[in-house]
Amino acid sequence: MAPTIDMEARFLDYVTAENKVEPKDWMPEGYRKTLVRQISQHAHSEIVGMLPEANWITRAPSLRSKLILLAKVQDEAGHGLYLYSAAETLGTSRDEMIADLHSGKAKYSSIFNYPTLSWADMGAIGWLVDGAAIQNQVMLCRASYGPYSRAMVRICKEESFHQRQGYEIMLHLAKGTQEQKDMAQDALNRWWWPSLMMFGPSDDNSPNSAQSMAWRIKRKSNDELRQEFVDKTVPQAKFLGLSIPDADLRWNEALGQHDFGSIDWNEFFAVVAGNGPCNSERIEARRKAHAEGAWVREAASAYAAKQAARRSSAAATKPQAA
Amino acid sequence: MKWDTCDPSEQYLLHLGDDALVLGHRLSEWCGHGPILEEDIALSNLALDLVGLARQYYQLAAKRIGGGTTEDRLAYWRGERDFKNHVLVEQPNGDFADTMARQFLFDAFHLLQLEAIEQSPDADLAAIARKALKETTYRAQHSSEWVVRMGDGTDESHSRINAALKRIWPFTDELFQPAEVDRIAAERGLGPDVRTLREPWLELIREVLAKAQLSLPDMPQKLLRGKSGVHSESLGFLLAEMQSLPRAYPDAQW
Repeated sequence: MAPTIDMEARFLDYVTAENKVEPKDWMPEGYRKTLVRQISQHAHSEIVGMLPEANWITRAPSLRSKLILLAKVQDEAGHGLYLYSAAETLGTSRDEMIADLHSGKAKYSSIFNYPTLSWADMGAIGWLVDGAAIQNQVMLCRASYGPYSRAMVRICKEESFHQRQGYEIMLHLAKGTQEQKDMAQDALNRWWWPSLMMFGPSDDNSPNSAQSMAWRIKRKSNDELRQEFVDKTVPQAKFLGLSIPDADLRWNEALGQHDFGSIDWNEFFAVVAGNGPCNSERIEARRKAHAEGAWVREAASAYAAKQAARRSSAAATKPQAA
Repeated sequence: MKWDTCDPSEQYLLHLGDDALVLGHRLSEWCGHGPILEEDIALSNLALDLVGLARQYYQLAAKRIGGGTTEDRLAYWRGERDFKNHVLVEQPNGDFADTMARQFLFDAFHLLQLEAIEQSPDADLAAIARKALKETTYRAQHSSEWVVRMGDGTDESHSRINAALKRIWPFTDELFQPAEVDRIAAERGLGPDVRTLREPWLELIREVLAKAQLSLPDMPQKLLRGKSGVHSESLGFLLAEMQSLPRAYPDAQW
């Protein structure tokens, strides 16, 4: 038997026994690749995900809400930073990952390719999009790759604040004037289905899921996570007095869960393929920030290099102590 | 409400709050678009601190003005001519060098201003200044470091920061030209006689520019009266954007 096969079998036993894999440990190439793809995709989602919400920072309707939204979007930048660092431990640099994002090679969560059209969208994103993200991320806190799982523990704590922030906006709107209620309902109508799509294709159409579960990266299937999200969110919508835009949604007594309508996967795949309402705007905004920041990053590196050279030449010319 | 008729001490709070809000708002426009992730986070921090500071001034002003006035009423329902910020802080972000030049020149002034306000007999106001001094020291350090990095970085960064300082410099004289609101604040001991801040400010600026291998811009100063509510054309757009929701839905609570 070839030694690599032995190694892979041992690796599988190791993660099946719930041991954590650390950066210097041996790991199958496929495991490494899967993680780099998944973690960088997650990092990119945080960074691109800043844009639809940043769209409303300058229009937040109160000083308090402005500060909360700004702090929230800033947290997302922080999450991007932890995740890029976690992915870097697998041997891919942040620059490479960002280049892949800008070239379109790397993906990010498709939900951020929808536009934010009202203040209620800030509520709906926090409530639904962050809510769906948490559903997925709580599971990832137990991922077998140590740096990823530790980053996720930190991120999950902040995400639950984000979800409360979103729900609070929805509550204010739901208790507000008729116009505010309409705004909230409209946001729910637009964000509901894309939020369900965030969990990815259904299990029979998700080729990488089984392997990820065997490697203990994922713990639950896309459909299981989606079901949990629906069951958790339906009563929250009811409490807000809003209706979920799904005629087929009903409680299934026998299964103890909600039945819900079928997802328009054509829409999902169209947005993934780059044809969502804002794909080109989002990538263009990221490319522009990166290109316009190039001279700033070069200046910082050049200055740091000069300082280092000055320090070493000062050390070299310093008279030796007797 | 006619904001000009409120007590000059309250108007002074509005002037201080407006500087913090308008500059914080400008910085928040960078969120998601910074030159590098770490700096995106830093710029948001500056914005958070400044908008937070504006809230403290407005809350104090609202309490004293009374009649149901709130911090949001002050931020969202005053028009362009009611805002009493320096014209400097409302200048558009431009590139990163423009933003940092604006920040650097204002931070040094802000430090000196807050040090004086900290001595104010108005205990509430002095407490705000004391707390703000810590954050402002950090901001001044951050902007100074960037001026040095850009000045002593690459040829491109040197020429960009040099050009930015030249563009922003003409807006700095207003900092040291007392308007009515400054004169009364100084008389009542609430704030400094701004004329006395010019020399120590120049000293702070010179020190950093020397490290950055830049020279003091030699540009004529503009005649500006932002503190009397006469602004550059850009403030109207900033406010139109910022105030749009509360004004579109005047009955709504957020």
